[in-house]
Amino acid sequence: MRNPNEVVADALAAIQASPDLQTLEQVKAGYLGKSGQLTELLKSLGAMPADARKTAGARINEAKQAVEAALKTRRDTLQQAELDRQLAAETLDVTLPGRGLGHAGLHPVSRTLARIQALFRSIGFEVATGPEIETDFYNFTALNIPEDHPARAMHDTFYLQSGELLRTHTSPVQVRHMQTHQPPLRIIAPGRVYRCDSDVTHTPMFHQIEGLWVDETVSFADLKGVLADFMRNFFERDDLPVRFRPSFFPFTEPSAEMDIGCVMCGGEGCRVCSHTGWLEVLGCGMVHPNVFKHVDIDTERFVGFAFGLGVERLAMLRYGVDDLRLFFENDLRFLKQFN
Amino acid sequence: MQFPESWLRSLVNPALDTAQLAHALTMAGLEVEALAPAAPPFNSVVVAEILSAEKHPDADRLRVCQVDVGESSPVTIVCGAPNAAAGLKVPCARPGAKLPGFEIKVAKVRGVESFGMLCSTKELGLEGAADGLMVLDDDAPVGEDFRGWLNLDDTLITLKLTPNRADCLSMQGLAREVGAITGAEVRLPQIGVATERIEDTVPVQLSAPEACPRYLARVVRGIDAQVATPRWMAERLERSGIRPLLAPVDITNYVLLELGQPMHAFALSRLNGGIEVRLARAGEKLELLDGQVAELAPDMLVIADAGGPVALAGIMGGKPTSVERVTVDVMLEAAFFAPAAIAGRARRLGLSTDSSHRFERGVDFGATRQAMERATQLLLDICGGQAGPITEAAAELPGRDPITLRLARLTRVAGIELDADQVARDLAAIGADVERQDDCLVVTPPSFRFDLAIEEDLIEEAVRLFGYDNIPAQPPAAPSRMLPQDETVLADDAVRQMMVDLDYQEVITYSFVDPAWETALDAGARPLLLANPLASQLSAMRTTLWGGLIETLRHNLNRQQERVRIFELGRVYASLAEQPMKLGGLVYGDALPEQWGASSRRVDFFDLKGDLERLFGRGLDARRGTHPALHPGQCAELWVDGQSIGWVGALHPRLVQAFDLAAAPLLFELDSQVLAQRGLPRHVMLSRFPQMRRDLAFVLDAHTPAGELLAALREASAGFVRSIDVFDDYRGKGVPENQKSLAIRVVMQDTERTLTDQEVDEAVQKLVSAARRQCNASLRA
Repeated sequence: MRNPNEVVADALAAIQASPDLQTLEQVKAGYLGKSGQLTELLKSLGAMPADARKTAGARINEAKQAVEAALKTRRDTLQQAELDRQLAAETLDVTLPGRGLGHAGLHPVSRTLARIQALFRSIGFEVATGPEIETDFYNFTALNIPEDHPARAMHDTFYLQSGELLRTHTSPVQVRHMQTHQPPLRIIAPGRVYRCDSDVTHTPMFHQIEGLWVDETVSFADLKGVLADFMRNFFERDDLPVRFRPSFFPFTEPSAEMDIGCVMCGGEGCRVCSHTGWLEVLGCGMVHPNVFKHVDIDTERFVGFAFGLGVERLAMLRYGVDDLRLFFENDLRFLKQFN
Repeated sequence: MQFPESWLRSLVNPALDTAQLAHALTMAGLEVEALAPAAPPFNSVVVAEILSAEKHPDADRLRVCQVDVGESSPVTIVCGAPNAAAGLKVPCARPGAKLPGFEIKVAKVRGVESFGMLCSTKELGLEGAADGLMVLDDDAPVGEDFRGWLNLDDTLITLKLTPNRADCLSMQGLAREVGAITGAEVRLPQIGVATERIEDTVPVQLSAPEACPRYLARVVRGIDAQVATPRWMAERLERSGIRPLLAPVDITNYVLLELGQPMHAFALSRLNGGIEVRLARAGEKLELLDGQVAELAPDMLVIADAGGPVALAGIMGGKPTSVERVTVDVMLEAAFFAPAAIAGRARRLGLSTDSSHRFERGVDFGATRQAMERATQLLLDICGGQAGPITEAAAELPGRDPITLRLARLTRVAGIELDADQVARDLAAIGADVERQDDCLVVTPPSFRFDLAIEEDLIEEAVRLFGYDNIPAQPPAAPSRMLPQDETVLADDAVRQMMVDLDYQEVITYSFVDPAWETALDAGARPLLLANPLASQLSAMRTTLWGGLIETLRHNLNRQQERVRIFELGRVYASLAEQPMKLGGLVYGDALPEQWGASSRRVDFFDLKGDLERLFGRGLDARRGTHPALHPGQCAELWVDGQSIGWVGALHPRLVQAFDLAAAPLLFELDSQVLAQRGLPRHVMLSRFPQMRRDLAFVLDAHTPAGELLAALREASAGFVRSIDVFDDYRGKGVPENQKSLAIRVVMQDTERTLTDQEVDEAVQKLVSAARRQCNASLRA
């Protein structure tokens, strides 16, 4: 019988020399397999006398354990190396850009409209809509602007050959809504409006949001409160100065123009605010009784206020756009700035 | 309206500087649009007289002048102006003077020392002829400061007046308003009564007494129309934006500015008989002062004599009867024309005059005679002559009824309680007659306020005079009610966001388009047309969003954008009753942005259709159809619940050429209302039993749409069939020519039990026979 110690020495050398797991398994078979050297030694024990068998058996078992331990160590080492190789091979350049579709965005006017609507919805205004091709009645007469009133000249109306017109403001939605709903009412009406005017500061189509609140107890002080709150939240400026000046709209009385402190120069005076420090941002007022009469609302019971604001104007101020016409050229390089 | 500050201050002079005055006006509702200096800043310029002008010894074009600048001895000034001559009075900049853009120093000019500069209007930054020296009037006081003498330290104020404040379209009205809002004392011009030295009159007949309830006429004979308009008057006219023309005309314009009463002077010798104020007769024409021959309509008020209309009442005088340099006798007119009789007429004739602007908004009917006396006084003072008596024809003037202002109502509308006594004082300050009663004020407005007729008018006036800024801004109290949220309707904003998530950029294009686009996209289109478009390319109301989307594509292709994916959510227009919202989109260029690891491929029909399926959250019922703008072989009509909701396809090659594109964009347009309809989700029991899948390959005619086969299969499917889908479309080797192979996946599952092989086989067999029967499709061997 070979000396088990010699077998172990041979085995350890072979294990250590195994370059990969496959060779290692072959080495294992050569010593511990069915006809491996240590297995053969164990088999030879049967022919030994009992006392010698016990001692020899113990030595062979020790030898087997030593080989198994060496196999495990070597196996772990080789497995780790294998994993390291795999990880190295699978390593990506994670700095390369991701793949797939590009990214798009909303038009800045939509974005601004959505923001304005969200702010008004948060205090209970519902959204109402109305047609853009309108009748003279809804656009003018019902809003207390009779035929030949000088205020009509300020509107630069587009007429259709069929006699209807393109609404010049979103105010007709007020009338349509009040015809079909009973107060209390709290609505905003966003949409396209049209004026026959085109230059650096005018496009023939633009967007307005009309607001209307009719209830038993709303006042000019409430109007001021809502609109000041809105402007400060829209521009996210708690200290934004606001002021209200008397003005004239046939469908409101008292009527007011609202100014905010110039958000471009902080009120110091700049080109945008014509060096006044103030920006005119909307028109508003208490609903004129003649408007209520057209829609059969009891002027003794109900009071209301209304306002109309230009969406492009607010978008320009909010995002620093200096040319109104950019909104309708739809240059993707411009639009993608708002994504 | 523009006017010089100095004129206003001559009538009312509050202790406010220019900026403070402008702010006070703005906050009272008379918005100051602009403040401009009457002259640019310069100093050390005096009125000087050229005593002598000799040719410069060394320069042909220069002259050496001895100039009296008001000092003990004349100064020498070298001057290059061709009109420099002895005896002229001119502005002279003294050494050290700062003029716009340069400074004056003592300097040698070709060897002669020059002590200052004689100035042209241009060198002083003033308006007027720039050729040579500015020549001053003979009575200009030598040595006097030039700015002071011409009142150049003045500010031109421009107001943006609202149409309700006609009373502020005059210096008198503005002065009254400034008095009311600042409390400063108002000193209006003293107007006397002219002495009647002749007896001539012109008879006046009011044939339209509602339109013209008061007409005053006065004859003045023997005037000198050629006399120069006094400098003070010319200056005020010029600074109010009116060019001085001829003294009598300047005087009527001055009264218009000063008192707000438009006036007219007729050449008396050109009038034929008496005056009749009447409506125009059909077919009548009048040559107006501006040379235009107006075709008069029967709702236009005219001043007529025996020969027909001589003036368009309240708008413009006629040329044949106008005052000229040789005119000696005139008839002055001061009248009240009702706003309703004037409004809109000028605009219809393409006119806007200072007179019509005022009459349309309301002229003080209580001050007609005062204006006539003022104009007479100025005419006699400036042009001489002798005045006759005033002829006044009068009918019923507008009334000013007392209005009750309930203090409780005022508090309710304003939101705070205003002091009743203060309100009464404020309303009295604007010229109203105010009577205090227990819980209200009874207010009779003055004749010059056309905007005060009902209680709300007084509420506005009271709040305005109290100051809008003095009303607190309060957050309103309202009952907290939640807003309804319809879960089965997708909001427009949600649709937009879904499109954005699918990599479509939102655009907003004009609702009016080039009618040529409309007919190119659909020869049968009959868009609504604008009567007054800005341009013919913006004259048709769109009936499809595609025109604007294609134009947007072209605009961006011209700016080197090669991959364009855009959408618009907006209305198209068929009529007043029909203006539906549509969702339209266009894709062009590569399916993906250029990127590593993905080969470039042009976007195609199925990319777009897939986007729409993702948008709807399900498969779509797309059927072959024909649309005039789309490629007949790449075009589908989309159906939902038996209703056509839109189209998707590639632009027709004919239009690709017409729009000058390199390749066909893919387009879609859908009815957004149907798109927005979403069912409320309803849970159904999940099956615990295994699911079976069978793949079937059918060979069928290449022209039979897959949709037809799917429909046939679905119709024939057993109750436990969960889904039937196409997963391959193969043509080529192994499939006969003009045939194709469609691979179909059938998934089956029962909710109650495991399906037996026999059941599955029977179900498949039914599908196979349906395919054969309806689509002539056979299982691929």
